[in-house]
Amino acid sequence: MTTPAAWTPPPAVPPRRLIVTLAGAGAVAGALILVAFRATLPAITAHRAAALDEAVREVLRDPARYDTLFLVNDTLVSSPPQGADPARVEQIYVGFGSDSAIAGFAIPAARPGFADVVRLIFGYDAANGTLLAMKVLENKETPGLGDKIEKDSAFVAEFTGALAPLVGVKSRQGKGTPNEIDMITGATISSRTVIRAINEAIARVRPAIERYVAEGVP
Amino acid sequence: MTPVKQATPQADLIRGIWRENPVLIQALGMCPTLAVTNSVANSLAMGLATLFVLVSSSFLVSSVRRLVPNEVRITTYVLIIATFVTIADMTLQAVVPTIHKALGAFVALIVVNCIILARQEAFASRHPVGRSVLDALGMGAGFTLALLLMGSVREVLGYGTFLGVPLFGPNFEPWVIFALPPGGFLTLGTILLFLSWIKRRRTRAAAPSVAGVPARKAA
Amino acid sequence: MGDLIWIFVSAAVVNNFTLMLFLGLCPFIGVSGRVETALRMGAANTFVLVLTSIAVWALNTFVLPVAPYLRLISFIVVIASLVQIVEMVIKKVSPALFRALGIYLPLITTNCAILGLAVFQTNRAYDFWQGLFFAIGAGAGLTLALVLMASIRESTELVDVPDIARGTALVLLIAGSLSLAFMGFAGLLSTA
Repeated sequence: MTTPAAWTPPPAVPPRRLIVTLAGAGAVAGALILVAFRATLPAITAHRAAALDEAVREVLRDPARYDTLFLVNDTLVSSPPQGADPARVEQIYVGFGSDSAIAGFAIPAARPGFADVVRLIFGYDAANGTLLAMKVLENKETPGLGDKIEKDSAFVAEFTGALAPLVGVKSRQGKGTPNEIDMITGATISSRTVIRAINEAIARVRPAIERYVAEGVP
Repeated sequence: MTPVKQATPQADLIRGIWRENPVLIQALGMCPTLAVTNSVANSLAMGLATLFVLVSSSFLVSSVRRLVPNEVRITTYVLIIATFVTIADMTLQAVVPTIHKALGAFVALIVVNCIILARQEAFASRHPVGRSVLDALGMGAGFTLALLLMGSVREVLGYGTFLGVPLFGPNFEPWVIFALPPGGFLTLGTILLFLSWIKRRRTRAAAPSVAGVPARKAA
Repeated sequence: MGDLIWIFVSAAVVNNFTLMLFLGLCPFIGVSGRVETALRMGAANTFVLVLTSIAVWALNTFVLPVAPYLRLISFIVVIASLVQIVEMVIKKVSPALFRALGIYLPLITTNCAILGLAVFQTNRAYDFWQGLFFAIGAGAGLTLALVLMASIRESTELVDVPDIARGTALVLLIAGSLSLAFMGFAGLLSTA
């Protein structure tokens, strides 16, 4: 819906004035935006970093410290390739315990769920192939049903200590093996999305993680 | 948007709040009204962001109204609106990141909110700065109120909460559909239905001669 | 490839632009009274959506990494210019098509669906092909919603509706039912 412009007879406005007006408006707009950008950028960057930091620490269960690694050609390296935008390179995080031994890896994962893509991050203990914790970062699943993958603490707790690859079972109908995850009743697809996203992510980055561990911490 | 004869400041201000309410009466700006009103907090943030963009744009458009040639009028307005939306977007992201995340892409879509361009075209471009700002304040407040009305209905029914505070006991089963997209359409549809019912009752009361028509029940 | 199909189906039905994301409501509420008009409107929108997707991809790849803060303003300027150019080209090439689409073209500039596509495509960091499939899916979804609405409204014209429900209220209630029906598409692709 636009407001139709009232038709007016073409007044004699020289084209130069039109160009000058638009250029002036553009310049003022650009300047205002640049000022606002400069003023808000530190806070925005800090919020983003804090949110990521909190998630990584949570799924690595409070590591003494952690480093960011970049997945390049199936190898984990500590700095992004020359000239590439770091934000576009797949990143995982390696956490260390107080004894400087590797405590685990925080791996982001995503998969289409019931409504839209579900994004999550999980901690993975490569030494014995178990999960440390799982945290859903973003979901648009059905409120009250599918969004329990983020809000239901019992479901979230299922992932701690579970053995990969995970298998989803109906609530309280599993055999009690360490790779079972009790799915949420009424939200099987959302539950399965989380499980599959994790399994896929582990299968994808595991060779790189194993090589990284074998080569020792630089 | 009929031009208003009287030019008192109060008239400029209150017109948008009720009699020419942009959402409830003029049916403009449907997209944000339906998309982000599944909670009171989101509705409030969206309403205030729109109010800010509307007032700033009206101020600037009204100030430069004599300088802008007619041919590039719309382009200039859109440029001005987009500037203030970008500023609002960045400010929300810096100050209330969780609400910014919940509103998502819809903050950017304030640019194409018909209310804003409509006020520039219909009012700010042909009235002095003071009146334009008052008009924008009124329209923005009317928009925010309509959003809050939608947000309250949908959050109370859809989640059983108001601003995140549970209203009912633990046995309340939320009416989830109201928090979902269909709930947006149904809530606004019902509100409009209710408003036109009130309007008809008022006209009936004012003119009893037509009261002979048998009243039909609302669907 | 599966990824592209998911993007297409998601934009077309599961997260239908009009009925699930409330984008492009203005033509939906305003002009969807005739099936034929709805089809034309949908086609015009799809065309602009595809062009916008390509333009936005180019902007995101070549221009915006340098000046990210100009994102929104460059999108809206590009969309406005695109619509203007499309209008001029159609007028030159096919005057008949121009007469058929004419009045809808300027309206597309302020259609939330177009800017919505640009913003979503950027937020999700789609590449060229993903963006293209997203645009075609969004266009198909938009057209589907418009046509459905138009055919329902064609039949409601002759129905005895309470007069207080005539107009926007009725359209919104119908849209609510359609939206409810479209919720059934959720999970369409994740059961596999």
